[in-house]
Amino acid sequence: MALDKPYGDIPGTTVFDSDMARLGFHANQFCMSLMKAENRKRFLADERAYLDEWPMSEEQKKAFLDRNYNRLLELGANVYYFGKLFFTDGMSFEKGAASMTGMAQDAYRAMMISGGRRPEDDVRLASAGRPKAPRRRSGQGPDAAADRGNRRG
Amino acid sequence: MRPPTVATAVARVSAGVAMSHVPAIGAASDLGKTDDDYWRPVFAGFEFSRRWIAQQRPDVIFLVYNDHATVFDLNAIPTFAIGCGDEYEIADEGWGPRPVPKVMGAPDLAWHVRQAVIQDDFDLTAVNNIAVDHGLTVPLTLMFDRPDAWPVLVVPFAVNVIVYPPPSGRRCFELGKSVRKAIDSFDADLNVQVWGTGGMSHQLQGPRAGFINQDFDARFLDALVEEPERLCRLSLIDYMREAGSEGIELVMWLIMRGALNDKVTEMHRHYHVPASNTAVGHLILENR
Repeated sequence: MALDKPYGDIPGTTVFDSDMARLGFHANQFCMSLMKAENRKRFLADERAYLDEWPMSEEQKKAFLDRNYNRLLELGANVYYFGKLFFTDGMSFEKGAASMTGMAQDAYRAMMISGGRRPEDDVRLASAGRPKAPRRRSGQGPDAAADRGNRRG
Repeated sequence: MRPPTVATAVARVSAGVAMSHVPAIGAASDLGKTDDDYWRPVFAGFEFSRRWIAQQRPDVIFLVYNDHATVFDLNAIPTFAIGCGDEYEIADEGWGPRPVPKVMGAPDLAWHVRQAVIQDDFDLTAVNNIAVDHGLTVPLTLMFDRPDAWPVLVVPFAVNVIVYPPPSGRRCFELGKSVRKAIDSFDADLNVQVWGTGGMSHQLQGPRAGFINQDFDARFLDALVEEPERLCRLSLIDYMREAGSEGIELVMWLIMRGALNDKVTEMHRHYHVPASNTAVGHLILENR
């Protein structure tokens, strides 16, 4: 018998349940490996080669390379896990969260300071569906480039 | 000549404290930014709390928190884990360990609670050699600022709130009652506080990230003080819908409340939006 899952209709939200944890097991354990400095260094030196060490789907690897966090959510990765990748990229959790909303970090921060995303916004989110993945040039969007610059600076 | 029975002092739960445990709050403290315009309102709400706890002088904090994929990854997902170790290192969460003192455990009390609570039908996982992440250290920072050594012993109590489903609010509340009975039966003169951490409303993931529900948070704070039984009827879906997907951490506050008397005195309340992505809530409740 199928499990009762009464949470599919919460807009803009992926619930990290048993199915997602099963789907994302290796993707999430890859993220855990980034807790070690030596692994972060190896990953950044050759992301593709490092990802190939993990038995993940090609889709999952591509989503990591593209830093497409909304896609990663669909593929079973969890925000507390891919948060390790935010830190590997020298990016704050605030900026990481902002990137999933399609908002620039400044606009997101301003929204938070003015009280956060209001519950009424659920109506808009429910009708909008998922935003398109951020456009990236050869896997390096402008934000990512700025972040990398910050990290190295 | 000694009487045949000697009344021994037992541990007692004097108060409960609830607060959010946002990592950026720890960073603000560690980097000396607490007087910045952005952070001042967050920390101002803990000035009373630091004076209060200096007077209360608790011996042990039974600290309910969650690990954020730091120690417990997908290899082991204990729903309830009680720290029975002598001491706990500060976790490196990917940017180096926070520069705060290591956390000293209360193993005698922890092992006692473990046995009593399992005998009371709550199946705890005992853990010993674990590092503790911001979920546990940020609350210590908020209450004690930056001491050379934490002035309390800590029993870390980790709850899975990341892999769905977490334990229900009802289950957490009943567990809190069981923890209370266990502490009450421990033969040592200890002033114990129970802390519940995490929350309040927030969502870190997906297009809905940044979700805050100030009405829900206010109602939750009121009900936690006066009508915790009513809060037990909230389902996990209610939390995700009303408080955001990560707001589900609030079930941990019900463990704290379950460990207190039915009637409590609200000594202090603080609420501020935002700390990074999160609504910061804080309550101090004394047993009456």
